[in-house]
Amino acid sequence: MRQLLRAAAALGLSVMLCGTADSKNVGDMAPDFSRADFAGKPVHLTDYRGRLVLLNFWASWCGPCLEEMPRFFDWQRDYGARGLQIIGVSMDDDAAAAKRLLARRPAPYPMVQGDAKLGETFGGVLGLPLTFLIDPQGRIAGRYQGNADLAKMEAQIKRMLPRP
Amino acid sequence: MHARLRNIFCFLIVFCALTAVWGSAVADPRPAASIPSADFIQPAAFAAILGSEAARKPVILQVGFHTLYQQAHIPTAEYAGPAGDGRGLKSLRGRAAQLPKDADIVIYCGCCPWDHCPNVADAYFALHELGFTHVRVLYIPNNFGDDWVEKGYPVIKGS
Repeated sequence: MRQLLRAAAALGLSVMLCGTADSKNVGDMAPDFSRADFAGKPVHLTDYRGRLVLLNFWASWCGPCLEEMPRFFDWQRDYGARGLQIIGVSMDDDAAAAKRLLARRPAPYPMVQGDAKLGETFGGVLGLPLTFLIDPQGRIAGRYQGNADLAKMEAQIKRMLPRP
Repeated sequence: MHARLRNIFCFLIVFCALTAVWGSAVADPRPAASIPSADFIQPAAFAAILGSEAARKPVILQVGFHTLYQQAHIPTAEYAGPAGDGRGLKSLRGRAAQLPKDADIVIYCGCCPWDHCPNVADAYFALHELGFTHVRVLYIPNNFGDDWVEKGYPVIKGS
C-alpha cells in the first residue's frame, strides 16, 4: 500500500513538474527499446532505471536540435554524477549523416539510430527536436517539442535530481 | 620560382573562393520565410479541401524526411524526399517532370518549426524554376504532429 501511495505521489509530482512542457505521453510508462549505439555498445532503456533519463530525438538536418545539443553535452557533464543519463536518438534517414556530425564533436552520452518504428512507440516523432524526461521508475515526466525552453527543462531536471 | 609560387597562390585563392560559393549553395537551404505568404495554404483550409467531395484535389508532395513520412502523412501525399539535400531535390524534379506545368501542387514538410525547415523553400523555388504556376505550401508553424495530426486532420502511415 505504501509503495502504491509512493508511486501515485511520484506520478503526481512528475505531472505537476512538467509545467509548461507538452503534456502528451506524460505519466505513461516509457516504452522500452534496445539498440546498439554508434560505438556498437548495447543500449537498453530499462537498464537506466534508477536514473533520470533525458531521451532526445534529433537529426543532423535539424537546426534547433543542433542548437540545443551543446547544452545537453554540458548537462551530462554537470548532472551525470547526480543521476542524469542522456540518450540521443538520431532520426536521420541515413545514420551516416549523424555519425559524420558526431565524429566532429563526439557526444558524452550514447547515441542510437532511430526509425519510424521507434518513433511510433513514443506516440510518433512527428517533428524535431523532441525530448522526453523519464523518471527513475521509467515513467515519462516531461515532453518538450520544437524550440524548447531549455531553462525550464533544466529547472525540471534539477528538481527531479537528488540534491548534491 | 617567384612566378611559380604566385601561380600556386592564385590557384589556391580561386579554389577557396569556388569552394566557398559551392559550399554555401549546397549546404545552406533557403529559409522558409522566403516563400511568399500568398502561396501558403493553412492546415484547416487544406483539410477542408481534402474532406470535400466537390473540391478538385491537388497533387500533394511531402518534401521532408522518410522517417516522418512513414509514421504519418496526408492521404494521397507522395514521398518526394527532403528538398534540402541534392538527392531529395533530384527526386522532386523527377516527379515534377511527369506533371503539367499548371498542375495544382501542394508541398509540405513539417519536420521542425517553420523558420527552421530546411526543405519547403528549396522545393517551392525548384518547382517555380521548372515553370510550375500553381504551387502552394502547407503552412506548418511547429511540426506535422502538432499542426496536423493532433488537430484530427486525416493521416495514414506507411512507406
